[in-house]
Amino acid sequence: MNYIEHVGKYFLMLGRVFNAPLRTKVFYQTILKEIEDLGLKSLGIVLFISLFIGGVIALQTAINLEDPFIPDYLIGFATKRSIILEFAPTFCSIILAGKVGSYITSSIGTMRVTEQIDALEVMGINSLNHLVLPKIIATVFFYPFLITLGMFVGILGGWLAGTLSSQFKALEYIQGVQLDFMPFLLFYSTIKTLLFAFLIATIPSYHGYYVKGGSIAVGRASTQAVVWTTIVIVLCNYLLTQLILT
Amino acid sequence: MIEVKNLHKSFGDVEVLKGIDATFEKGKTNLIIGQSGAGKTVFLKSLIGLHKPEKGIIYFDERNSLDFSKKDMQQWRQEIGMVFQGSALFDSQTVEENLLFPLQMFTNFSREEMLDKVNTSLSRVNLKNSNKKLPAELSGGMQKRVAIARAIVMNPKYLFCDEPNSGLDPETAIIIDNLIQEITAEYNIITVINTHDMNSVMEIGQKIIFLKDGKKAWEGNNEDMFKTDNEAVVNFVYSSNLFKKVREAYLSETK
Repeated sequence: MNYIEHVGKYFLMLGRVFNAPLRTKVFYQTILKEIEDLGLKSLGIVLFISLFIGGVIALQTAINLEDPFIPDYLIGFATKRSIILEFAPTFCSIILAGKVGSYITSSIGTMRVTEQIDALEVMGINSLNHLVLPKIIATVFFYPFLITLGMFVGILGGWLAGTLSSQFKALEYIQGVQLDFMPFLLFYSTIKTLLFAFLIATIPSYHGYYVKGGSIAVGRASTQAVVWTTIVIVLCNYLLTQLILT
Repeated sequence: MIEVKNLHKSFGDVEVLKGIDATFEKGKTNLIIGQSGAGKTVFLKSLIGLHKPEKGIIYFDERNSLDFSKKDMQQWRQEIGMVFQGSALFDSQTVEENLLFPLQMFTNFSREEMLDKVNTSLSRVNLKNSNKKLPAELSGGMQKRVAIARAIVMNPKYLFCDEPNSGLDPETAIIIDNLIQEITAEYNIITVINTHDMNSVMEIGQKIIFLKDGKKAWEGNNEDMFKTDNEAVVNFVYSSNLFKKVREAYLSETK
């Protein structure tokens, strides 16, 4: 099957995903469970990575701006911009594509090879709607919060790194963080996050749902899902930046 | 009654079902047997609507399932119970949740009524005190029982079983076979079982359809199977010395 066929099949899958759920009560319960599985359980890794990457960005900026004519508050400013514009929405999404994407593909893929999806279909349940739509809603709803939290923790990580290493003054860093605040950049970042969340839920679901074979095929599909989700995120990141920021 | 006429199904250039005619009767265990690759699973999956045949008719009590609208199809699916080869239990859910699931999706019963139905089904398959266990905590035979309980919890008109005793020891396999036969008679449903287990054929084969190369090669019951001189059936069923001797003994006894 060539790439175009895969893209076509992916959009046909989305057509089946977006249908009214059979039972709203069951649907809401599934969404809550997905928020826990796909969102809350990723909180630790996102916060951990944000804290340390924020620290690294601040330190690297400080080291590269060692010039008496460049004020120290620019370290805070550059760290904040890097984190809000790129690190939090894109880098965290790529990490989530690896963690959550492989989980989604392997769980749906295992359901496919063990005939659990057939069991749903035989019962008269739209399996794509039942399995994928709650994942989309959970990620699209929860990831903006997760990424926003990542931004705060990243900026905090920069402040901590500077304070602990004495590379720059904490007050000047805070002054830089507060400098030239542009709400539009947060809007741009949120738009990216929403799109990436959608991709993280749907591309791995596609790979899992159409897997054929056994456990090795599920493993292979998980790898492909992570690779393709990352590629599409990177491409969409470029396109959105071109469309929104230029 | 389920009536199948001239059923054809292909995958690409490979024609798997080549015009099958068959009938499956109410209150009986109807078996589909045949070698691996004969088209049994494709036939069964075509019957339950997981494959769409290119040609043919499948009447479920005079309703052609291949002409169903989306709404009719959903209604009809609630009349079907299916036991999959690997049980296909939802592994993230407990036994009780597995059985509650179709009830929650398709009925308006209260929680108490649903639990009552779940417990009735579980006790019918002789599984008590397993409600809170996960499928992974159960043996293969117990998983099959849960799958049967899930299949009957909605009081289906039609029960389909794909290799219901594969991977089970002979004693458990016979227990599962007998359970299916008892449920078929008790609920007066049409049961279609896909198997190549000869013990099942001899034990519960009230009606048997033998498939060979995507066509129906023979039809009868377990008694007829001893008497038949159909070469394909004889070669398939009596391929082991044990079954050859059983057949010889049966024939010499009935002479």
